[in-house]
Order: sequence, then C-alpha cells, then structure tokens
Amino acid sequence: MRFGIVVFPGSNCDYDCYWGLKNDLGFQVSFLWHRQRSFEDIDCIILPGGFSYGDYLRSGAIARFSPIMEAVLKHARKGSPIIGICNGFQILTEVGLLPGALLRNESLRFIHRPVHLRIEQQDSKFTKGYSVNRTIELPIAHGDGRYFASQHILTELENEGRILFRYSSPEGRLTAAGNPNGSINNIAGICNSEGNVMGLMPHPERRLNASVGGTDGRPLFMSVAEAFA
Amino acid sequence: MLVKIVITPKPEILDPQGKAVAGALKDLGYDEVSDVKVGKYIILKLSPSPGLKLEERVDEMCRRLLANINVESYTVEILEG
Repeated sequence: MRFGIVVFPGSNCDYDCYWGLKNDLGFQVSFLWHRQRSFEDIDCIILPGGFSYGDYLRSGAIARFSPIMEAVLKHARKGSPIIGICNGFQILTEVGLLPGALLRNESLRFIHRPVHLRIEQQDSKFTKGYSVNRTIELPIAHGDGRYFASQHILTELENEGRILFRYSSPEGRLTAAGNPNGSINNIAGICNSEGNVMGLMPHPERRLNASVGGTDGRPLFMSVAEAFA
Repeated sequence: MLVKIVITPKPEILDPQGKAVAGALKDLGYDEVSDVKVGKYIILKLSPSPGLKLEERVDEMCRRLLANINVESYTVEILEG
C-alpha cells in the first residue's frame, strides 16, 4: 500500500504520519505538495493534522481550494481511500466529501490529551482490524473539534452505520465526561456513504509504536491496507 | 466600492464564545443582555465589472468560501462610493 500525505502550508502532523507509516508499519509513503495538480501511484491519500493556512476564516476553509484538492476529489470519486486526521477531517467537511462541520470546542480551549474511543463499526474498511464495542486510546490535539450535523444528517449517519468512532469512558460508555469537545452524539470519526473517505479528530498516527505511548492507531492503517489492497 | 459582510453562527448552533461574552457582560452588571452571538465581519473592496451582477457574485463568494452555510448565516451590505 502506497500512502500519499498532502502537505499544506501549516500542516504539522505530516512528518508523524510519514515516520510512523514508513518505519513502524513498513508502508511506502510520499509527501504530496498542495500546489501539485495531480499525483501518481498513490493508493491512499492522507490529509494530515495541523493548521493549514493558519486556520484563517475557518479550519480547512482555504485548504479545500488548494490545487491538489481537485485530484483528491477525483481519487475519492474512483472509490480510492482517503483519511483526514484532525485538520484533515475539517478539510474533508469543508470540501463536502464528509457531511457536517467541526466547530470550536465547547470549552473554548485547545485540548491536548489522550481520550477513549469506542469502535462503533467492525465492517468498515477503516475499522475492520478493531473489535467492535472495544475502546481504544488515542490523543486529541485541537481547538475546533466539536462535530455538528443537522438532525437529518445524523439520522442518515446512524442508519447507514457511518459513525466509526465515538468519544467514551474507558469502559465504553457514552458519557458527557468522556466527550472532550461537546461533539454531538459523541461523534469522533465518520465515513462517507461509499465507505472510502473517513475523517476523525483523534490522531491514530501518534499511536503506532509502544515507545510513544501505544499502538492503538495501527489497526486503522492495517485495515485500510488490507481492505484496499 | 465597499462590501460589508457579517457572518454569525445560525441560531440553532451552540456558540460558546457568545455564551462566554454574555456571561462576562452579566458579571459587569449588564443584566439587560439576554443573548450574544459572536461572528465575523468581512470588508471587501472591489471594482464591479460590467456585465457581472455584483449581488450575485458576492452571494456566491459567501456560499463558496466566506461562510459555511451548514452552520453560519450571513448578511451583505453593498456601499456605493
């Protein structure tokens, strides 16, 4: 599996993704500069975390018009996988590949700490490698992570099984205390209806090696590699 | 020509910033304040091109980039001169 990591001005998790996917998981990885209008020989696109364009206007609002995004949209239309992490998730909602929006955290604070997530779906191409209803621990690091969508969209996400990760207590209960940012229905990660585009606020790329705090991020990338091999 | 655009969170969207400001105003004794919404104020300076409808162009700018219409409303004021 060949991963392509899009680098926007202000991306800052691009090297974490690069290092972890290459050295911890042994995948082929390349950087894709946001000015590129096309890319070749890439199986999975990653839109990494950071503060693209300084989060000016709204997080992801300007990055979505970067020249590379036309090629990213084409990649999505082909059914090829795309993962948006943190700022990448925000960009995916702004460009319309995923529904809803990521708003300012309810507390108005930038939150940087590990959280517990409950795996909601086992048959998605991004979560096959996890056990459903099990919880995992991944770090979050964001100021604008409060997922919001209209009731109509939420019903659609629920009915189609497109909510993949929810913030929870360590035991997997969906509590307000386990919800760090006020996301509606504790939503931390979703996918599109075709099942090839996924976005999440937590950082799986920061948990690929026990020496940096755990390996709960591994099954996500392994699932994608297997599902789209 | 100047165009002034005001963008605010839609009423049904929780606006924690507005809530915090409302709380602070109450602490200062302004009990008459019942709600606050904090948004953005954008000023565009432009030269309208003949043949292009200014209102439509600005509305398109708002929908495509300046506002996220899923969660924000906007109003546009066009000032001559």
